[in-house]
Amino acid sequence: MELEGARAMVSLTMTLNNEEVTIEVGPDALLVDVLRDQLELTGTKEACGEGECGACTVLLDGEPVTSCLVPALKAQGREVMTVEGLASGGELHPLQKAFIEHGAVQCGYCTPGMLMSAKALLDKNPHPTEGEIRQAISGNLCRCTGYVKIVEAIEAASED
Amino acid sequence: MSEELFYVGRRVPKLDAPAKVTGQVVYGHDMKLPRMLHGKILRSKHAHARILNIDTSRAKALPGVKAVITAEDTPEIRIGWARDHPVLKSGKVRSIRDEIAAVAAVDEYTAQEALELIKVEYEELPGVFDPEEAIKPGAPIIHEEAPNNIQEKMRQSYFHGDVHQGFVESDVVIEDRLRLPFVTHCCMGTCFCLASFSPSGDLTVWSSTQMPFLYQRDLSMALGIPATKIRVIKVTMGGAFGSKLDMYPFEPICILLAQKTGCPVRITFTREEEFIASPTRQPVICDIKSGAKKDGTLMARQVSMILDNGAYSSWGATTPLVMMQSISSLYRVPNVKYDVVVAYTNNLYSGAMRGYGNPQATFVIECHMDMLAHELGMDPMQFRLKNANQPGDVTGQGVKITTCGLTECIERAADSVAWVEKRAKPGNRGVGMAAMIHVGGGARIYPSDGCGSTVKVDDYGKVTLVTGSTDMGQGSETVLAQIVAEELGVPVENVTVINTDTDITPWDVGAHASRTTFIAGNSARLAAADAKGQILEAAAQNIGEDVEDLDMKDGKIFRKGEPEEWIPFAKMVRSKHFRPDGDVILAKGWYEPPTERQDKEFRGNISATYGFAAQAVEVEVDTETGEVTVLKIAAAHDVGRAINPMAVEGQIHGGVSMGLGYGLYEELVVQEGEVLNPNFADYALPTALDMPPIESIIIETDDPAGPFGAKGMAEPACIPTAPAIVNAVYDAVGVRIRDLPITPEKVLNALKEKEAR
Repeated sequence: MELEGARAMVSLTMTLNNEEVTIEVGPDALLVDVLRDQLELTGTKEACGEGECGACTVLLDGEPVTSCLVPALKAQGREVMTVEGLASGGELHPLQKAFIEHGAVQCGYCTPGMLMSAKALLDKNPHPTEGEIRQAISGNLCRCTGYVKIVEAIEAASED
Repeated sequence: MSEELFYVGRRVPKLDAPAKVTGQVVYGHDMKLPRMLHGKILRSKHAHARILNIDTSRAKALPGVKAVITAEDTPEIRIGWARDHPVLKSGKVRSIRDEIAAVAAVDEYTAQEALELIKVEYEELPGVFDPEEAIKPGAPIIHEEAPNNIQEKMRQSYFHGDVHQGFVESDVVIEDRLRLPFVTHCCMGTCFCLASFSPSGDLTVWSSTQMPFLYQRDLSMALGIPATKIRVIKVTMGGAFGSKLDMYPFEPICILLAQKTGCPVRITFTREEEFIASPTRQPVICDIKSGAKKDGTLMARQVSMILDNGAYSSWGATTPLVMMQSISSLYRVPNVKYDVVVAYTNNLYSGAMRGYGNPQATFVIECHMDMLAHELGMDPMQFRLKNANQPGDVTGQGVKITTCGLTECIERAADSVAWVEKRAKPGNRGVGMAAMIHVGGGARIYPSDGCGSTVKVDDYGKVTLVTGSTDMGQGSETVLAQIVAEELGVPVENVTVINTDTDITPWDVGAHASRTTFIAGNSARLAAADAKGQILEAAAQNIGEDVEDLDMKDGKIFRKGEPEEWIPFAKMVRSKHFRPDGDVILAKGWYEPPTERQDKEFRGNISATYGFAAQAVEVEVDTETGEVTVLKIAAAHDVGRAINPMAVEGQIHGGVSMGLGYGLYEELVVQEGEVLNPNFADYALPTALDMPPIESIIIETDDPAGPFGAKGMAEPACIPTAPAIVNAVYDAVGVRIRDLPITPEKVLNALKEKEAR
């Protein structure tokens, strides 16, 4: 019974992709699981569960975080943005357009996390150097592209 | 190619990219079905042990658990081409990854908890972890059927010419031992399977397989379910690189759990499980001897290898067949001998990984070419050029070389790193190169190397290509859409591609051997040509012209030479449909390459054409720390024709980064059968900060057998990178690294040894 008590659901209110949502979550639930399993925002990927690959990167108050390490309740009262929130008004974000046009996507599993890390960078630093771009995505692993076209796409988006 | 091309040769963005950048695409890991259960597998704690008892009673009693299975509950199922791999182990375990029991439960946490409640009693057995030790008399026996620990079906000896005479006639002969480590694919999406039975017993498997039709057969053989009752649907997958070429125990296990529970069951691996339980690229111990005349004429090459098969045989055990091709046929070598032994050990078992043995074979050949050049006092680039394969060559193994851009690849890669100015200069910078040959026109290792396609054109002009081939994320859908658009003469936007559903798509052997653009491309082109013929025929009847006088481009039908006056093609499709004897436009293409299987002496031309490449790198070596920094990689690839240059570059970049990882960073550290670094913190994949500038140099040799001149190019990009780096390190600081990866420690030790001499 104690165990059940400890697992009693808790209310979480956050601004998710510019809309306020309130849901019941387990006290030890991870943000990635709440996003993927409860809210069906499966664009965010989990590929290591240890914060080492960056596939689950989302923005928390504009900062990139690996959502597989973040307790969902850390998002209480804060702003969360996932890859589903990047496009607005039916218009793709410049980063999304650049990833398509520059061939930055192959298998695509790292793409959502890569886009969120890139967005966090460009929001702070609209015209980064190549070195700054590489630094910003250095926590996002990709096995398909050698990062070349991803870097090119972020550079292109930063010129828009 | 004088004809003007509209869609081939264009940088068309990937068809699936919009769905991928918005998070809308559904990967296996995103799939849920009503009543779906989650499967988990209990693996061995020991590398070699007898199983005395398995107690699943507490796991079965856990609320939420729907089934627990062990070997006792299931018929003995042995998988893999050598049928030496029980799906669930009984009697004993032979490696740390071995499957002992499996659970299906309402969620992953419950399934995990249930695993922890299963009690297994073991009696540990002495293990053997070094393939050389494994084949010595008296070593612990891994399979009773193979008391010498040798996979006899893969003990191979190949020769052409007379290697002894070749060495006698050589002025310089060198011999060395080189070694290659365990590495693994590291697909970002881990292994996945979802199985569901209909009430009538029809099985649907959603899978990330690269070979759906062989998989359908394998599942049928493993489970005793008729293949006619199995449907395989490939899901969008998070990378493959060869890892999804075989069926592994978790897949029959997933199906058995679905069978037992009557519910859909999904299994996905954790990252740790992916490192431990998915296959590896096999480690190699290689003795190589090479000889040449003073003028640089290559005379003889003798290679003897021991491969670590691990505890079971997957495709890894068959990679010597691919290694053999490079050993016999990379450069003109009149005398060659190759012997290989595949040894069972209590390590992880090895599978297919990008290049299928060729990264290892090319490593030993290209390191030795460099060493031989230095012994001869020749520029390694000139030595390569002197011996390079040329169009029209037939090698000792019967490899028929048609188009061949090897010489141009070597020259262009060298120019790109300023080879002549930078080679053999003082300081701690250096340049190195390596080349390669690989199948580029399919690989006939199965009775059929073909692919089927259909092209449907509807009343509105929408074109649907249904192809047997499999897109793994590399972009074959897009390339095939371009080929269809070009051949048919319609805008590429009109073309939709459906691939990989065994109930719908025609047969294909699978996405392996860099064959999809070539084989599936030729197949799609045949279907498109047929559809075009049907549409032009309808147009000819409709407007009263001779069909020979009509053509179709960009969706417009016109008299040849008079493109200004045209009718839309969809109108002609409708003209055929809406008449009393009407019909729809549905065309078929089947392409089987003009190749042969090897004979008993391994001779034969298994591919319709061959791909060539050379990569040159510049490195800087920190002689204080031993750290190697790659400053630039130039990758020149003979791709026949780039159907989509952006996709070709993508393959080159990704391959080079995998090759760079192999060269500098990656090693699965396996000690006494246990993996010490099953995570991304300790298994070092190259990051964005590790990648040097890459110059992709696309060499187009316009292969007459390829679709619009194209040949396969995807695996080759990862093959020459590591030996090129080793050779550059030698040029920089004069030390020869003989085993990968090139760690700072190895470089420092080699520098110390050099000083001591």
